[in-house]
Amino acid sequence: MNDARRRAVNVVMSWLSLGAALLSTAPLILILAFLVYQGASSVNLDFFLHLPKPVGEPGGGMANAIVGSIIMIGLASCVAIPVGVLGGLYLAGGRDPRMPWLVRFTADVLNGVPSIVFGIFAYTVLVLPMRRFSALAGGFALALIMVPIVLRTTEEMIRLVPRTFREAGLGLGLPEWKVDLRIVLPAARAGIVTGIMVAMARIAGETAPLLFTALGNRFWHQGLDQPMAALPLQIYAYAIAPYDDWHRQAWAGALVLITLVLITSLAARLAIRRRVPAR
Amino acid sequence: MAFGLSIKDLNAWFGSNHVLRDIELSVAPNGVTALIGPSGCGKSTFVRCLNRMHEVVPGARVSGRVLLGSDDLYDPGVDAVQVRRRIGMVFQKPNPFPTMSVFENVAAGLRLAGMRRRSQLAEVVEQALRHAALWDEVKDNLGKSGVSLSGGQQQRLCIARALAVQPQILLMDEPCSALDPIATAKIEELMLDLKKELTIAIVTHNMQQAARVSEWTGFFLMGELVEFGTTKELFRTPRDPRTEAYITGRFG
Repeated sequence: MNDARRRAVNVVMSWLSLGAALLSTAPLILILAFLVYQGASSVNLDFFLHLPKPVGEPGGGMANAIVGSIIMIGLASCVAIPVGVLGGLYLAGGRDPRMPWLVRFTADVLNGVPSIVFGIFAYTVLVLPMRRFSALAGGFALALIMVPIVLRTTEEMIRLVPRTFREAGLGLGLPEWKVDLRIVLPAARAGIVTGIMVAMARIAGETAPLLFTALGNRFWHQGLDQPMAALPLQIYAYAIAPYDDWHRQAWAGALVLITLVLITSLAARLAIRRRVPAR
Repeated sequence: MAFGLSIKDLNAWFGSNHVLRDIELSVAPNGVTALIGPSGCGKSTFVRCLNRMHEVVPGARVSGRVLLGSDDLYDPGVDAVQVRRRIGMVFQKPNPFPTMSVFENVAAGLRLAGMRRRSQLAEVVEQALRHAALWDEVKDNLGKSGVSLSGGQQQRLCIARALAVQPQILLMDEPCSALDPIATAKIEELMLDLKKELTIAIVTHNMQQAARVSEWTGFFLMGELVEFGTTKELFRTPRDPRTEAYITGRFG
């Protein structure tokens, strides 16, 4: 009797957890399918090579927005990766207990700040003094979002590296900074790169912090101190416009954006897998 | 002729925890000195004081003198990094660097210290691997990952890695506790070979091992060095009743 009951519970719970697992993957699959359904027909070579056309003219693309997004993500990464990785290294190896606590707390709070706040901040410290919207301000706002993510994942990943590797390096008579940079950091590389990819994917899709920093631009980029187009901005602008043609372009833009993010993270993972010898 | 170590009035702390008290002993050159005692008696901390590794742990502190030849390793002007170049260390669990090949592991100490010439590195690596009795097993697979070797091979790889920087002293902290008897025998044999050129201090849980490989033995208990003497004397005619109780298996 009890045995039958146990078995029944087992079956029910198994199906329930399977259901929950499917339910949680369903949104991603649905979103992807919907994007492909709505956007695929508008994605063509022109989309990648041409500027947006004026209202009413068919065709055109988002080449400037794709390039703009890449430039601003690059700008943000140039700042956020070194700062985040070195900061994370410091947090993981820190000896003074107070300072790491402060940095960690700040990073966690920053992680929770709505992204539009970073936009306002960048607007105040860069856009107002420069008296113009610029790619620089956009990259800066994105870097602010990226730093705490990279910092915290780097710290976590370095903490996972057994202390004995560090001691082995020190035992060879290597200075601490070399042990950290050449032995500990590479041992945590896979996780750190994943963290960086997650951060890049996150900022690739950010719209709010770019609204009043990079602003958007319908032309090719004209310098880092000028307004610049970005995919999410363009998608936003096109999606709220009253033209069917623009709506189709917005769908295509979303599809391209999500594909670019997927490709970069896949590429990064493959690159790591090849360089780290099998365990 | 290798150098020995003489340790005078050594005390060590973790925070306010006094873990080593007034240790005095000498590690004879070109010999093997074994340190035995129950878990937590301070023997590992003791060897970690000898290459200034103890102070790496936050809150850890040392006082006293450790003389290598005539140099006091705890002299304020002495750099811990330089000390560790002269005094190598092998750890309890084999710990080859996971992202490096066999070759890179052995070359790590020199390469990261700035030696660039490939031919010179290759020579040192071969010599170190031969010294560690590992060369014949890995010479065709120097590019393979260090962690793909067996446990015993990994430990010999770690010994080779330590030997490559040509230390004068080799500290071994329970180097065989994670290995099977065959791998253990290989490492013991290796130690007898190595002591022709350098000085070895080994921490071990295994009293038979101490008896087999060492000329001198120290018995630690609760942070104190209870007895120190030739291995023969210490095991045959211990002076202290606590030593006798320990080596006859009546406690610990």
